Amino acid sequence: MDNKVRMKAEDVNFYYGTHHVLKGINLEMANNAVTAIIGPSGCGKSTFIRLLNRMHEIVPNARLTGRILLDGKDIVAPDVDPVDLRKKVGMVFQKPNPFPKSIYENIAYGLEINGIKNKMQIEERVVDSLKKAALWEEVKERLHDSALRLSGGQQQRLCIARCLAIEPEVILFDEPCASLDPISTKKIEELILELEKEYTIVIVTHNMQQAARVSDYTGFFLMGELIEFDRTDLIFKAPKDKRTEDYITGRFG
Amino acid sequence: MKIRPSKVAEVLGFSILRVCMICVALVLIVVFYDIITKGIGVISWDFLTKPPVDGMTKGGIFPAIAGTFFVTVITALLSIPLGVGCAIFLNEYAKDNGLTRFIRMSIRNLSGVPSIVYGLFGVSLFVEMCHFGTSILAAGCTLGLMTLPLTITASEEALKTVPRAYREGSLALGATKWQAIWTNVLPYAIPGMLTGTILGLSRAAGETAPILFTGAAFFLPDIPNSVFSQFMALPYHLYIMSTQHHNIALVRPIAYGTALVLVVLIFTMNLVAVIARYHLRKKGISHGQ
Repeated sequence: MDNKVRMKAEDVNFYYGTHHVLKGINLEMANNAVTAIIGPSGCGKSTFIRLLNRMHEIVPNARLTGRILLDGKDIVAPDVDPVDLRKKVGMVFQKPNPFPKSIYENIAYGLEINGIKNKMQIEERVVDSLKKAALWEEVKERLHDSALRLSGGQQQRLCIARCLAIEPEVILFDEPCASLDPISTKKIEELILELEKEYTIVIVTHNMQQAARVSDYTGFFLMGELIEFDRTDLIFKAPKDKRTEDYITGRFG
Repeated sequence: MKIRPSKVAEVLGFSILRVCMICVALVLIVVFYDIITKGIGVISWDFLTKPPVDGMTKGGIFPAIAGTFFVTVITALLSIPLGVGCAIFLNEYAKDNGLTRFIRMSIRNLSGVPSIVYGLFGVSLFVEMCHFGTSILAAGCTLGLMTLPLTITASEEALKTVPRAYREGSLALGATKWQAIWTNVLPYAIPGMLTGTILGLSRAAGETAPILFTGAAFFLPDIPNSVFSQFMALPYHLYIMSTQHHNIALVRPIAYGTALVLVVLIFTMNLVAVIARYHLRKKGISHGQ
């Protein structure tokens, strides 16, 4: 790997009750790079990404073994507070989930719960993160309108802005374009390529073209196993595993 | 033109349903008509603001209005915090295990307990054990317990309508569970909670049995001056006037007037609930897509 490894999954097994969802996953995610996780529905890719900021813990009967490292430190260790972790590892969900507040408040909200009270500082960060999320030009005249009035693509970029505002180091995207039209999708992809320069990015997608367009590394998941992981160009041009080849050429199933 | 049997069945079916609906509406209209026509005659400013006089054959029902008001306030003070708190715990924190299933089952069963049983329970718990005596406090607490199941269920339903994405969104931004619930779930659940709670209170305000032994008085010339006073209440007054008075025929109009005031009071509360929900919903809160 050319870039420095930022996050690393070491022999990760995950269970919902008795259901063995992830089987012995070993995966490295590099700094200033986009790591894509692809695979058919139910392969465990969304489950995997949710482990990276411990969002899986809000579901009952979940059990995890193995280690997940962020900068060499095990984040699933019992002494790590998931609340602190989530400030460093932000997440953008499959379906845009702006809160029913104004555009401004949506971003200020995250800052406030993180203890930032200074109005000037909040305003600065709101503007800043909207610019970074390439949404500023579209909303600068109506920051106090309800976020629910934005289009789906704008809502998703607002969610990205909201995430950026609390200055994470890693950003997880869980199928961020699954409910968006092609033009909105393109904007999000451009944004991801821009964000890559500053952050470590992991993206789950069922869209292989998207993985090819935005990512530097790709992991292919199947039935809870990581079948193959490599540089994206190699995965798509010369997959080593027959199953990977079948999947990316659409001969799957 | 040939008439198809399926068409006949449809017309017949709809007609039967329509008759059902009309029957229900008719009953309601008849009841209201009866209460209003027989009660409106005694309604006057004095009736609403003066105590009963001359062995409760004349005068007003002000102490009963005030008593019902005070007891409802106590009911609200007990059942809202307890009910909402319990609902938050059950819906947001409690794990789905045997204990919580048992608690839920208990709550459901509690709502089926007859109100007179609550009355008896109130006597032993509040009047005797807590030494509240027969008082507004004891009666209010009894009514509070009685409305708890309703408050809890309504509050839980309200919490369930808040999308999970709001909770997840908050958590992903580094909120603690408490912060997420407090700042990004509760505010959107309040309209629903409010409606359910007010409906529960309005039911409590109209109850007789639970206050019968716990604090309601036959006749008091003044409004109560502390939570440990006995009180008159509209439903109890109505009961007295209809069954216990020495000259029932003579005071029949007063009974109807009392019924009218009680019904108007409860309708007003329900109306407030509807309006409050409407306004809170309009305030930019239209979750659930």
